[in-house]
Amino acid sequence: MAYDKFNILKSTAVPLPLENVDTDQIIPARFLKATERLGFGDNLFRDWRYNSDNSPKVDFVLNDPKYTGKILIGGKNFGSGSSREHAAWAVYDYGFRCVVSSFFADIFKNNCLNIGVLPVQVSAEFSEQLFNAVYDDPTTEIEIDLVKQTITLLSTGIQESFDINNYKKDNMLNGFDDIDYLQNIKGEIQEFAKGLPL
Amino acid sequence: MSKTLFDKVWDPHVVRKIEGGPDVFFIDRHLIHEVTSPVAFLGLKNRGVKVLYPERTFATADHNTPTINQHLPVEDPLSAKQLKALEDNSHEHGIRHWGLGHKNNGIVHVIGPENGITLPGATIVCGDSHTSTHGAFGAIAFGIGTSEVEMVLSTQCIMQPKPKKMRINVTGKLSKAVTPKDVALYIISQLSTSGATGYFVEYAGNVFEDMTMEGRMTVCNLSIEMGARGGMIAPDEKTFTYIKGRPFAPTGEAWDTAMTYWKTLKTDNDAQFDKELIFDGSVIEPMITFGTNPGMGIGISQHIPMIDTIEGGKATYEKSLKYMGYAENDAMIGKKVDFVFVGSCTNGRIEDFRAFASIVKGKKKAENVTVWLVPGSHIVEDQIIEEGILDIITKAGFTLRQPGCSACLAMNDDKIPAGKYAVSTSNRNFEGRQGPGARTMLASPLVAAAAAITGVVTDPRVLIN
Repeated sequence: MAYDKFNILKSTAVPLPLENVDTDQIIPARFLKATERLGFGDNLFRDWRYNSDNSPKVDFVLNDPKYTGKILIGGKNFGSGSSREHAAWAVYDYGFRCVVSSFFADIFKNNCLNIGVLPVQVSAEFSEQLFNAVYDDPTTEIEIDLVKQTITLLSTGIQESFDINNYKKDNMLNGFDDIDYLQNIKGEIQEFAKGLPL
Repeated sequence: MSKTLFDKVWDPHVVRKIEGGPDVFFIDRHLIHEVTSPVAFLGLKNRGVKVLYPERTFATADHNTPTINQHLPVEDPLSAKQLKALEDNSHEHGIRHWGLGHKNNGIVHVIGPENGITLPGATIVCGDSHTSTHGAFGAIAFGIGTSEVEMVLSTQCIMQPKPKKMRINVTGKLSKAVTPKDVALYIISQLSTSGATGYFVEYAGNVFEDMTMEGRMTVCNLSIEMGARGGMIAPDEKTFTYIKGRPFAPTGEAWDTAMTYWKTLKTDNDAQFDKELIFDGSVIEPMITFGTNPGMGIGISQHIPMIDTIEGGKATYEKSLKYMGYAENDAMIGKKVDFVFVGSCTNGRIEDFRAFASIVKGKKKAENVTVWLVPGSHIVEDQIIEEGILDIITKAGFTLRQPGCSACLAMNDDKIPAGKYAVSTSNRNFEGRQGPGARTMLASPLVAAAAAITGVVTDPRVLIN
């Protein structure tokens, strides 16, 4: 599924400084029953966001009107656990285009890159500075420049660069996906398959 | 150049290397289920693309299926729709489909090995993180997202950077009542849930060599819980004996050719790993988790670690203990248990039910616990009956349910109620994993059995003569 191109994102951010946020929290399994990719944002962080009677939990950050924006700042080891791409869909569908963390779980990171959410891995110190800045002033803006591979806290100008491989970067800048690439080399794949033992 | 087992399987599957990017990686065997495949098929439809190699994909219904009355229509309309979608998509694209009631139906990571679909040297993926299970056979197996399911269906490839390599050695003699599950939970407790992120693990050492194939599957299954994409064990005679004669295993001349190849699948003596760890297996106790991730495990006789001894996120640790209703320094022995779940791709195989039966034989189920025994497949279910295990557990007051993922992720009706405590042989103790508000203690089938007959957390060693 093609997605919006990503170039420069300037936005306020939502802080979620917990560690080991797993994909069962991001989207609980009981919301994985859809056969289409629709409406997952409504259930993002469902059990942290709502009580069992569906009333909002006032102390959860997504229910705090102070914090808005297209950037989610998570704690260390964000997205661990289940491979459900629904977690990345929920993040995207809610309106986030970027998740910042000092450490990502592998599959979640990969899933994000495949659907147009940019995972930005920063140092623990930088992550701490981001949390502090956003808590001090929720209107603080952060700029993520994919071409330059930089993340900047605009209030102070502090900046860090982040890694992304050139192939994925190119995909995100252009809104391409892997299937487009693979479809183009199908002949080569079929030729390759003839030489395999299985 | 010397190669690791991982290199020996990875490298021949690289169709093309992308400069500064991932490898185009060929997938031999693809397993699909009803939850992570519908949107992938929708993607194919939108692009007007067919499945490239339908014979390389196998479909089973497991995540979202009832574990009682499987002969009746599925009550939940959303679940029924997903199951129907899997059936229709498989039919449309000529994919083998083992739906509810089919004799080969069961949990995707149980049916792969038992049908001989899982083979040494193969690359295997599934839209499920516990695909790492199949690494027990010397395969490279890992979980993927739905976008990648679509890639595999349409081109039999995914785009994957080659992970770093880690070897985990466990040596020494395991103590009484210490099972493969305990070995895995111990490793995860030492590494944390992110300790192997970015790596593919090879398990080595006499502890793994001595394990049965099912034990190796349990260990490889839990690789993802230490953050690794997957884990693998070099195939040996046990592996070959297990595979031989299974429905999809090679036969005749193809078997001989395969054996010649499979015997080369081991790490060269001087091959290098990016990281190597060594553990002494003799210090491992039966394990149990006390928190809300699989890294929060301790020996069952121990007390919950003090917050001051925890590295890093103290707020996360406190939140976790609060969710569990536990306090630092609490003993785990004697903790309240309301539910016991034996099953899942981690511990839903015949050896797990034999272990459970070995403890409960001649005893009675504790009145305060609800116990769900869920075989990993119909084949496991049949074995339970044929081996007389059903008689043993029935006499002890237990009943057997029908195969499926069940309370491991509680997508179906098998949900642990809010606030209740479950000793579970599954793989994740995340908040709400087994139902909103459910509190999970991960453990082996022996610890589960001990809880099922005593009604509290109990050291299985005291019940074994």
